Amino acid sequence: MEPVEGFLSLNLKEKNHQLTLKEFPYTVNWRDDRCTRCGKCTAVCPVKAIVPSVRVERVVSSEGISPTPKVTRKVTPIVSQVNDIERYCTGCAMCQFVCPNAAIEPEFNPEHKFLQFKNKGGDAYKRGGRRNDPGPSTLDKLKFTRISMLTDPALDAGRHEFHLRTFLGRILPPEGLPLKAEGGRLVVDKASDVFVPPVREVYPIMIGSMSVGALSPPMWEGLAMGVAYLNEELGMPVVMASGEGGMPPRLLKSRFLKYYILQIASGYFGWDEIIRSLPHMVEDPAAIEIKYGQGAKPGDGGLLMSYKVLKLISSIRGVPMFVDLASPPTHQTKYSIEEAVAKMIQSMSMAWGFRVPVYPKISGTRTAKAVLNNLARNPYAAALSIDGEDGGTGAAYNVSMDKMGHPIASNIRECYLDLVKQGKQNELPLIAAGGIGKKGNLAANAAALIMLGASMVSVGKYLMQATAGCLGDENNRCNLCNTGRCPRGITTQDPKLYRRLDSSRVAERLVDVFKAADTELKKIFAPMGRSTELPIGMSDGLSVSDKAIAERLGISYVC
Amino acid sequence: MCRLAAITASEYFSPMENIHALETMKEGHDGSGMGLMLKRLGGFAEPLKGYPALSGICSADGLKELDGFMKARGFREVHMWSPKVRPVPGIEKKDSYFAKFYDYPSRYKESPIKEKEALLLQTRLALRQMGEKDESIVVFSFYPDVLTLKEVGDPLALGEFFGLEDGQLKAKIVLAQGRQNTNYDINLYACHPFFIQGFGSMTNGENTAFVPIREYLMSRGVPGYTGYQSDSEVFTHILHYTVRELGFPLSYYKDIITPLKRGEMEARTDREALMLMRQSLRMLVIDGPNCIIGFTPDGSCFMAQDSKKLRPGAVGGVPGKYAFMSEECGLDKAVPQRDRSLDVFPMKYDFVTVPSDAPEVKVWNQLKGF
Repeated sequence: MEPVEGFLSLNLKEKNHQLTLKEFPYTVNWRDDRCTRCGKCTAVCPVKAIVPSVRVERVVSSEGISPTPKVTRKVTPIVSQVNDIERYCTGCAMCQFVCPNAAIEPEFNPEHKFLQFKNKGGDAYKRGGRRNDPGPSTLDKLKFTRISMLTDPALDAGRHEFHLRTFLGRILPPEGLPLKAEGGRLVVDKASDVFVPPVREVYPIMIGSMSVGALSPPMWEGLAMGVAYLNEELGMPVVMASGEGGMPPRLLKSRFLKYYILQIASGYFGWDEIIRSLPHMVEDPAAIEIKYGQGAKPGDGGLLMSYKVLKLISSIRGVPMFVDLASPPTHQTKYSIEEAVAKMIQSMSMAWGFRVPVYPKISGTRTAKAVLNNLARNPYAAALSIDGEDGGTGAAYNVSMDKMGHPIASNIRECYLDLVKQGKQNELPLIAAGGIGKKGNLAANAAALIMLGASMVSVGKYLMQATAGCLGDENNRCNLCNTGRCPRGITTQDPKLYRRLDSSRVAERLVDVFKAADTELKKIFAPMGRSTELPIGMSDGLSVSDKAIAERLGISYVC
Repeated sequence: MCRLAAITASEYFSPMENIHALETMKEGHDGSGMGLMLKRLGGFAEPLKGYPALSGICSADGLKELDGFMKARGFREVHMWSPKVRPVPGIEKKDSYFAKFYDYPSRYKESPIKEKEALLLQTRLALRQMGEKDESIVVFSFYPDVLTLKEVGDPLALGEFFGLEDGQLKAKIVLAQGRQNTNYDINLYACHPFFIQGFGSMTNGENTAFVPIREYLMSRGVPGYTGYQSDSEVFTHILHYTVRELGFPLSYYKDIITPLKRGEMEARTDREALMLMRQSLRMLVIDGPNCIIGFTPDGSCFMAQDSKKLRPGAVGGVPGKYAFMSEECGLDKAVPQRDRSLDVFPMKYDFVTVPSDAPEVKVWNQLKGF
């Protein structure tokens, strides 16, 4: 038998390298007195951070007429939190959600040391979601201060007609229009050899790129049904971008294709199927988006983890099942901006007979203006989409999400003002993305970006939250999208999980969201006296109570 | 909200007629200024039609500087008109109000009109820049057969101040604005009507889309799209841009500032052109509330409303004399002999024009088109 001292010291050493629950980002508060031991919480926990366990209790009791204390040991079933960093509580609160008796809830621990330990085996922390910065973004600090009062009557959001539409596509300068006057009337000069690029009139909020592989079937179907309803029943021309990885062939060959923007990214996943479907397409897609970067993870390519690559996804993408699908950070076949942008835009345009707008999407960056100027010189470039640092993703390294990227507000503003200098502010539409609706203010954030110079905005994360109850937030809550274990069934290919999600309800919520945003946009624009046209670049309508932001964005400071 | 009074006629008349019309609409202006723009000049100026008239206000030093500048540029002064200014309480007299008529520099005498127009514009802008700092030189227009007077004060008092009742100053087209000062300091460059290369206009109401429109116009690379002390100056420049720079017929001014919705365009035979314009010219869409009255180089006058018709405006008259007024009472004063039942109150789709010499009033409906 080993000496007692040695035994203790060995035990302590092992114990000493374990984590205390204080290191974890969320601690689970479980109440013995309320718990019915039904086991729902431990069953639902997507990361097995809580387990059924037992506790031995020393109970002192006395039953006689005079005190005769009796000590017994009782084994009590309990729910306990594990201190394994691989099974950290993500704070998703599904346990609380399923608990019939309010006996359990996770609590955020602001003093956690999670990042110090979440690199076991040298594997840097990867996750989904977006930048973990719970503070208000610049967008949320902007106020609308040019209120029409008496000298110019404010409009009535409920009574006046509003034109909340924008253009997606390269727009010719007025001086270059192939028009000629004939008998006091303007006609299009058919003999002119001016190329009139395709332009779509769309709703100024679009659904940002989320791939069929990243989203579960009911989530994608829900969004798709909602988009069809918005377009066909409500007359709101909302378009949705596919993300990388293609689309189901049935949809590619359907009349609904016109509501979708097909994305081509560096992995070219899904494009075999798209090319094969081309001769059978009955409608052109709304546009083609060439993804060069993503705001959530600049410099990183797409990543679809192997456990999401099931039958449907493998067939759409043309790859075997259960392999990690990593797209390279850049388009490997291209070697310069002229090559990467111009030739690719030309090629994609040509595939659809120059009937479809083709535009690149980049992550927010200090070099955005260089890309912008290249595009401004390219008459086939239909727009530039800039995705700011607060954009979301299904999977990325935490360091990329938290530390890489550029805020969208000043990026859009400087690009717009650069176009103004060249007189091309109406020729190359800017699409702003990344953090719109981060604090729930979808319409206000969209309106602010439009007034800073964006022609339209692209929204993803907000819609996952609003339409399907995505649990993720900026305190790193949940953010399990990359694991395929999404507790809401939004970003998973596991039928056991995604059957929780009702696509009809997602569609219904999407319609709710767009209808409400439409009303809110009107409530913003009406008091500012704008209804006939989207107030693109109406920067005099914006103010901020931060002098540095005001100066950088060229808007007024108020206090 | 300012008040507007424009008259176009086949015979010469005094701008006092406009001022009297403004007086009837006095509730709508606060005496913070008046602008008068006369086109197709009569009276003393009739024989001077071929000579560009430089209208402005100068200090004594400014006038010397201006004369020196014009001489150095080769302009030969052929006539100088100055109003016989009478002291009127409340109106602060400047040193010199004038309209100087010049002969073109010799090397421009045979130049095409566009070159001459460019020269006149550049000269006006240079003079404006020279005097901008100390307001020693203020110039409003420099163009043949156009004269502009602007000053701070009540329109009727200004009529007396400038001695306009003597009947010397006459024209066939007069635009007059009684100013209601709102957002801006009283600055004569902010006072309507505005003028550029034969196009003049005045507007009442704010312009909520001012900043994007201003940025767009300034980025067009067209000389003269500057200033913008008033958010209404852009309406004149959009007019100029539409007709002169783009070469569009005048009615398309309405299609640019208040475009039809896609569904509405279907009824127009020129819908293809309209759709392209809708895209390419969206930065020039106004949102009101505005009533715009203006003239073009050929002497046509017009009135246009914003797309929600948020400002009043009325057009009426008799063949040979039509008036464009903010209010009906202005029409009553300017053309009392007209048949009131024929008055036109332009609505959101209407574009009302009266050709040169005021033979008739035409209402063009944007929805119906041609």
